[in-house]
Amino acid sequence: MALDVAWAQRWARQTAESISEAKSTLIDLDREIGDGDHGENLDRGFQAVVTKLDALEASPEHISDVLRLVATTLMSSVGGASGPLYGTAYLRAAKVTGLAELDAHGVVALLEGALEGIAARGRAVPGEKTMVDAWSPAVDAAVGAAGRGASPVEVLVAAADAAAEGARSTGPLVATKGRASYLGERSAGHEDPGATSSAIILRAAVLAATAPEHDPPTGDRPDVSTADEEGAS
Amino acid sequence: MTAPVGIVLVSHSQALAAGVVDLAAQMAPDVLIVPAAGTDDGGLGTGFDRVLAGVERALGECEEVLVLADLGSAVLMAESVLDALGEDRAARVRLADAPFVEGTVAAAVTAHGGAGLVEVLASAEAAGGTFARAGRGRAADGAPAGSGAPADGSGSTGAGHERGARRARLRNPLGLHARPAAVLARSVAAFDARVAIDGANAASVLELMKLGVVGGHEVEIRAEGPQAEEALDMVVAAIEGGFGEAPPLDARLQ
Repeated sequence: MALDVAWAQRWARQTAESISEAKSTLIDLDREIGDGDHGENLDRGFQAVVTKLDALEASPEHISDVLRLVATTLMSSVGGASGPLYGTAYLRAAKVTGLAELDAHGVVALLEGALEGIAARGRAVPGEKTMVDAWSPAVDAAVGAAGRGASPVEVLVAAADAAAEGARSTGPLVATKGRASYLGERSAGHEDPGATSSAIILRAAVLAATAPEHDPPTGDRPDVSTADEEGAS
Repeated sequence: MTAPVGIVLVSHSQALAAGVVDLAAQMAPDVLIVPAAGTDDGGLGTGFDRVLAGVERALGECEEVLVLADLGSAVLMAESVLDALGEDRAARVRLADAPFVEGTVAAAVTAHGGAGLVEVLASAEAAGGTFARAGRGRAADGAPAGSGAPADGSGSTGAGHERGARRARLRNPLGLHARPAAVLARSVAAFDARVAIDGANAASVLELMKLGVVGGHEVEIRAEGPQAEEALDMVVAAIEGGFGEAPPLDARLQ
């Protein structure tokens, strides 16, 4: 399936759905090591994205148009730090996706743009128990897959798998950035909510590419979003 | 008349931003201070559109703009907005790495004197150390360069410089609290002289407030520079006039 502007819109809508399903999980994670608002904020943000997409009079022309819409909407409606963080990620990703359809390297460029945006805005590096711990391995996996000649969707799948693994790996880490860092050592033992939502977003990109609307789910349904998802198909 | 540098306050809370605006505006009435706080539904948080609108309003009315933000994600939001301004407009805006309340007060008072953005930014960023430790060398709220407290009798003054000292007794019961401290600091900044009150830089509202001088106390005012005498006259008159808020000292104290 082509990773085109229609995919980009399905990705945004699927993300809204996946985040909504995972909302209570994210809230619980954030309550353990943050202020408990990540699930709520992100759900509000992506629901606002869907509202904006629904209100568009004309279909967006480019993938970058969709990413930019997501960016500005999240920045205005999320409220917490994930607004500017994800907003910047989508903005940077939009800058590198001028193509009508992403090839494998286009997927890599999109992911790299997003990672750069988050890392720059949050001044975070891998290992600090942040979103970067999902995006950084995702980029690495995407680069590897593209180098092996994988298809664009396969590159996306590799990235989403690595992001999910990266999010899980934040469990034992001690946070040194963001709200969780206020807890110091006590932040260990819980996965980072931002890394977890990042993995959900990337899994949604795969779902949008492999399970278009009205089609039955494919075999590679994700770990992250399979929890509590009755009715999602 | 609006000061050339305006201030935008990015806060999670509309009430917090409004309170800081009130506080700073009392000390620096001619400075535009724009709150950009809370979410559209009145909740806690920051929103890109609100912050952008605040910065754009300040850019429309002022030559330059200083932005202060309260907590982590407000800083990220302010940075995102600055990124989106484009080079031309972003060149007229700076984000202060400063405590929200003290930084805003210090910046506003400095801006009130007509200072440029670099000076107002320095003022905000120096404010954090003021209450923790007495500033050394540099004015604690970045009061204009060269206006630091004069040496107490040592050192030499340049040709044409005057030097003098007076004593005055605070007549208003509350003494050098925020408003009179700001009045004094602003007035002092208008003279070509370095003025110290009990050793504190009189051009620095934060240093004056930190003195904690209340009504009935006598202070020593030292000044040096070409307009030292005029500055001393003004400071003594302001103190003895009770900053316009004094019931006569004799009636209230001792």
